[in-house]
Amino acid sequence: MPDPVPTLADLALEVRSKNAGPFWVTMELFMRDADGYRIAADESFLNERVIAELYKVDESEILFFRIPSLNVVKISFPRPISQGSLRDRDMHAGQHHVPLARMRIAA
Amino acid sequence: MKESVRVLTPGGMLGQGWDHATVERGIALGADVISIDGGSTDSGPHYLGSGKAKTTAKAVARDLRSLLTAAAGAGIPLIVGSCGTSGTDSGVDWVAGIAAEVMAEEKLDLKVARIYSEQQAADLKEHLSEGRVHPLPPLGELAAETLESCTHIVGVMGHEPIVEALRAGAQVVFAGRATDTALAAAYPLMMGMPAGPSWHAAKIVECGGQATTNPRSGGVLATIDHDGFTIEPLDPEVSCTPITVAAHMLYETVNPFEMREPDGTLDVRDAVYTAVDDRIVRVEGSKFHVADQYTIKLEGARITGYETMSFTAIRDPLILRDIDAWANLMHEILRQRVAQTLGLEEHEYAYDLRLYGHNAVLGDLEPESGPPREVGVMLLVNAPDQATATAVAKVANPLMLHLPTPSMEYLPSLAFPSSPAEVERGPAYEFVLHHVVDCDDPTSLFRTEMGETRA
Repeated sequence: MPDPVPTLADLALEVRSKNAGPFWVTMELFMRDADGYRIAADESFLNERVIAELYKVDESEILFFRIPSLNVVKISFPRPISQGSLRDRDMHAGQHHVPLARMRIAA
Repeated sequence: MKESVRVLTPGGMLGQGWDHATVERGIALGADVISIDGGSTDSGPHYLGSGKAKTTAKAVARDLRSLLTAAAGAGIPLIVGSCGTSGTDSGVDWVAGIAAEVMAEEKLDLKVARIYSEQQAADLKEHLSEGRVHPLPPLGELAAETLESCTHIVGVMGHEPIVEALRAGAQVVFAGRATDTALAAAYPLMMGMPAGPSWHAAKIVECGGQATTNPRSGGVLATIDHDGFTIEPLDPEVSCTPITVAAHMLYETVNPFEMREPDGTLDVRDAVYTAVDDRIVRVEGSKFHVADQYTIKLEGARITGYETMSFTAIRDPLILRDIDAWANLMHEILRQRVAQTLGLEEHEYAYDLRLYGHNAVLGDLEPESGPPREVGVMLLVNAPDQATATAVAKVANPLMLHLPTPSMEYLPSLAFPSSPAEVERGPAYEFVLHHVVDCDDPTSLFRTEMGETRA
């Protein structure tokens, strides 16, 4: 059964995450079109506070980049767990987009 | 002065493999230089910490054969950077040694430069005490002990040592750790192309086909001129579009508009991406701001301990419906048994218990719930020596085999996938440096050796 409430992933071509060097994680929402971009780029919906809660990171260290020409929202923050350390379960930080991707869009 | 410089980048990493026909096509299109990255920090601190490569020698030899024969045939230079994954001195010698064998087999006589980027803690401590070492966010001020604790430290070179080697007559350059972009920017900058387009083109080509519609199809050719650059895939079936090219500035970068290099900052805020045709893109408006202070970034890794891994699997739904309680019981009994049998207190060892299939990847961030169908249980132990790590894993072994949930009245037998269950991982490493050194001379931290490598 498809989820009746659409998520950011439903409106995106791709949602991805990756290391940006050993000490940062960066995530990108590639939205399908300008309508999707408007939702993802809406600061009242997606902002530093929301990401801080979702990823348990310090709000003041989160960087947002909104790029309308590409329909992209990019979010970077310091890696909460040191890359390759005992408790790092995602060496390339390549699966950390999932909590962001499944965020439900307000109706 | 040259009107333009064409840079051929056959792929994202030496050893990944590509169709040699794509390299030949780049040569036919008039490539002036071939550049390829040989490493990255992306696969973790083990490679820098141990000085070993991620790639296998035969894959590196295969790719070097493709590039050395193409470069020699066209009479153009080949630049390989971050040799041996992490760019340690051993990595440079490893790649250069493989190349020497290939050149002997192919009867190529090329002048080779090796540029070493490894740093000594003692030298860096002098820079530190004189106030020339500064942290990059999110790290703080560097302590001298941190430098001493590293097994390997490398400086990340800019284009200057590579240009110096080319000017000295090198036809092949094997560089230690270098910025991904310095490899592709070096030759255009040497030939007088402007910094903005040279660095921007270098960033776009650094991952090979990533900036195309089919990242698996091979590399790209960038043509840098005095007003900008154009970029096209080497595979004629594949395209670059303004979106694929612009989007590549996002890839593995914290900030998509700016990128710091040793001598300044690439600024692409005003870059304009235009389709020349259905597979070639033109980029103009890239800028480069020269920094007041030239800086070299440091990377360093140290040993955190020695690790032993054990793995078992659970399929019984009676356990899976209560998997968190099972894991809590595992923690409780494991700590008791380690104290009883090994006499170790909790600060004397560490472990991570991961429930693959339940919440291993995201841990506390996992948004889903509900019983999984099966769970792989990974126990990763870290201790000051290998014997202790393995002893802890072996104490856990009966629990990994028979631990029930708190409500079960019998002992289940869980599914070990292998015998022995424990795997010794050797030393484990962590990255500890993310700092820059102020340098007056761009080449002062690096050492170049010129010579024929004909075997």
